[in-house]
Amino acid sequence: MAEQTQAKKYAKPLPHLDEESRPWWEALQRHELYIQKCRECGDTRYYPRALCTNCMSANTEWVKCSGRGKVYTFTATYQNQTPGFRESLPYIMAYVELDEGVKMLTNLVDCAPEQVKIDMPVEVVYEDVTPEVTLAKFRPAR
Amino acid sequence: MSLSRKTAVAGVYEHPTRFAPDKSLFQIMAESVRGALDDAGLTIKDVNGLCTTGIGMSGMGIVGFCDYLNLTPNFVDSTSIGGSSFVAHTAHAAAAIHAGLCDVCVVVYGSTAASSRFAIGTGGAGGMMSGDPCDQYEQPFGPTTVGAYAMIAQRHMHDYGTTSEQLAEVAVTMRLHASMNPVAKYREPITVQDVLASRIISSPLHLLDCCIISDGGGALVITSAERARDLKKKPVYILGAGETVRHAARGKRDFLEIAAAQSGRLALERAGVAHKDIDMAMIYDSFTITVLATLENLGFCKRGEGGAFVSGGRLRYDGDFPINTDGGGLSSNHPGMRGIFLVIEAAKQLRGECGPRQVKDCKIALAHGTGGALGTRHSGATLILSNQ
Repeated sequence: MAEQTQAKKYAKPLPHLDEESRPWWEALQRHELYIQKCRECGDTRYYPRALCTNCMSANTEWVKCSGRGKVYTFTATYQNQTPGFRESLPYIMAYVELDEGVKMLTNLVDCAPEQVKIDMPVEVVYEDVTPEVTLAKFRPAR
Repeated sequence: MSLSRKTAVAGVYEHPTRFAPDKSLFQIMAESVRGALDDAGLTIKDVNGLCTTGIGMSGMGIVGFCDYLNLTPNFVDSTSIGGSSFVAHTAHAAAAIHAGLCDVCVVVYGSTAASSRFAIGTGGAGGMMSGDPCDQYEQPFGPTTVGAYAMIAQRHMHDYGTTSEQLAEVAVTMRLHASMNPVAKYREPITVQDVLASRIISSPLHLLDCCIISDGGGALVITSAERARDLKKKPVYILGAGETVRHAARGKRDFLEIAAAQSGRLALERAGVAHKDIDMAMIYDSFTITVLATLENLGFCKRGEGGAFVSGGRLRYDGDFPINTDGGGLSSNHPGMRGIFLVIEAAKQLRGECGPRQVKDCKIALAHGTGGALGTRHSGATLILSNQ
């Protein structure tokens, strides 16, 4: 039985959440994607961080994203020794440029490597990989 | 305050090993230090500055290596910005010597990456898993070093029509150079077709678009220009240097603009040298795309023209713009980090010691190191060297 449990365990690297990032990850658990916007200067940013990179203000609002964007660039990876990934080759890694104007590193799912094109419209899919962690991945827009 | 021609590379040594399961990391480093000091005509008693970092040592590894050598230097620098670190160390050593912080500074690197079987390019732990807070937004999606560079190649192909054949030309030229270097790891010539027929590691990069994994080490001796003139070998003067970093820029980066654009401009300005004055260049070739993107960003060709620029044998030792005459990281030596070899081969070219692969009338050389990954975060360090 113990072996069965082991086999089902999610093997890919999990994020090490910290207090600064927790609100963002908790929103993903609710299947909501946010970026940050500075209330002082209006600059938007991803990934989330406490201070604005433009004016260093800590006065931050969370902006809910539409979940839509387009592929900025991508790669299909056929070799990766990392546990979890070495069993799921090939997989597609991409930067998706969200409609809100920031690029996010992510995976493209529900499509084959040869179907992916730069500038292709994509939409977010939420993958609940553990009870604590949900990842924002993207698939071709429907 | 200009540093130009105030300091010099007085000694260099590239460890001939490419596989050393019989040696410890510190042994390879110490043998490299001894080789560079012999080359300069100095001894360990003359050394009062040390720069090093590496993938096989801890963040405080420089202190451990001083212990190993029984060295108590007046200046230490363990700047750790990836494979470019040793290009940056050379500049830092020059500044330290010019400022009077030390007189003779050794820059050293060693690694047993091959015999320790590090999966540098295709494992999480090699280069991509830093333990820094930014990892949490990347590691879940499987970034490898190859993958992060592959995304740059993909975008370049999309924007400018760059082809896999053009990228392959870089690998073919590096192998030609390796065939003329008796200590290069891979010396059998290859063709564009061989590169294209090798398996895809991370699209669009093939196996032969990727650097090799070797054991190895190397060292440099840096001192004042005045002192270097009295030593065994002809001085290689440090004319100028620049360094910087690039990253995702809060999600808004143009990923084809890389650190080399800034570090290269700074180095050339500080050296008072123009692009046309550069006789040969050592360009960090972690992947074929690294060379193409670096040459564009250094300004040797326009953005988007890199594919054509690297084609037609231009990068050969006897071409219009020779680079990586030792065979590069693609064919000769890439023990995890390669920056030190960029400076070593540039210095040997400027001293006219490269035998069959010698670049004719080589007076000014440029070395550019890239550390980290162009597709996530990286550093760039540029150095301009001359024999005059």
